[in-house]
Amino acid sequence: MTPALATAAQAGLVSCEACHLLSQPASATEPGFCRRCGEELEFRRHASIEKTWALIIAAAICYIPANVLPVLNTTSLGVSEPDTILGGVAFLYSSGSWPLALIVLVASVMIPLGKLVALVYLLLSVQRGSVANSRDRTRLYRMVEFIGRWSMLDVFVDTFTVALVQLQPLMSVAPGTGVLFFAAVVVLTMLAAEAFDPRLIWDPSNPHRIRHG
Amino acid sequence: MTSRSASQAVACPDCDLLQQIPALPPGDKAICTRCGCLLAKKPLGPKDLPLALTIAAAITFVVANAVPLMDLSAVGRSASTTIVGGAYEMWMQDEAITGVLVAFCAVIAPGGYLLFMLTLLLGARRTPPPSWLGEMLRWASHFEIWSMLEVMMLGILVSLVKIAELATVAAGIGMYAVGALMLLFPAIAVTFDARDLWQRIEWADGEMPPAEPVGAPVAEPAA
Repeated sequence: MTPALATAAQAGLVSCEACHLLSQPASATEPGFCRRCGEELEFRRHASIEKTWALIIAAAICYIPANVLPVLNTTSLGVSEPDTILGGVAFLYSSGSWPLALIVLVASVMIPLGKLVALVYLLLSVQRGSVANSRDRTRLYRMVEFIGRWSMLDVFVDTFTVALVQLQPLMSVAPGTGVLFFAAVVVLTMLAAEAFDPRLIWDPSNPHRIRHG
Repeated sequence: MTSRSASQAVACPDCDLLQQIPALPPGDKAICTRCGCLLAKKPLGPKDLPLALTIAAAITFVVANAVPLMDLSAVGRSASTTIVGGAYEMWMQDEAITGVLVAFCAVIAPGGYLLFMLTLLLGARRTPPPSWLGEMLRWASHFEIWSMLEVMMLGILVSLVKIAELATVAAGIGMYAVGALMLLFPAIAVTFDARDLWQRIEWADGEMPPAEPVGAPVAEPAA
């Protein structure tokens, strides 16, 4: 039927994203619906590059207030003290638990930033039509997809600190505005990773280029 | 029925390369020759193992949500919180969106995942499995992405260490239940073979699943 290294798109077939059944599209412009599971068929995720860019830019904007604004406000005997994410890391480090400080630093600061950089790199390389390191770029994408959830760590830390430390009037902890922006960064980067279609990385390597729907 | 374990053509979800998946011995998996994406797996163990694990996880999940995660005591005062209690406190402290997000990732998504998995694993015992199981499977995989119990567990540990500076804190039974769920969720994912279910399932267009692997059926035209 087809030579050894052909993609479904080259063979004129479309793979269902839900059940992975290969179908012959009803038409090239509107592939129709999967006959096995009823999912709408698409050669490539719809407007993948535009959506991913939009979500990344939104996440990058939220990243700044997420790190500058306090995530927690500790009130102890009437004295209120704001705490940013980096402040929380410094607190853990100075209280002697440097392994936890490192985990929070990696999960809250480095992973979101790394995800943004990785997705920008993937988008630029796809838009340039690069054929180099496709396998490594696919691996990078899978890592972004896999690791993204761990940035949620600080949101959970803040939530349970707030929930537990409510000893008014002695001491209480309230969430700060930063936590909302931080949660937004995590959600937006996760959605960006979902919007990106890794098959676009490989399309320039295939002789017959297909249209990106 | 004739053997359906013969090799089948699939397109790699990550690079779209067409390839045949050979009949896999139990415990084996097939990965894409070009990009290394996992294409198919044949889990070890009895057929009902995912169902058993899901029932165990569902019971543990109820426990994890019903009892306190941790207790705090300081100068004669004490406090405790559950998972939902944490989300509720965020909601009450003017961080409603964050509260909803925490509730979604820590309660609704894992709970929904277990509920859909339970329904679909029970439904999959029918021959052929009814087509609505496909919808369940899609929902289960959406919820699986947003279910973050393992991240929450680490978050709770970090907050315990932070609070330990100020007060005496102790892990409650809820923590052990969440710890057990951290092991049960990956165990379900590893033992459940979605591809096998898709191959047996009744088709959405009302047809019976084909006895022989299909080449490529023509998709239904868009309405």
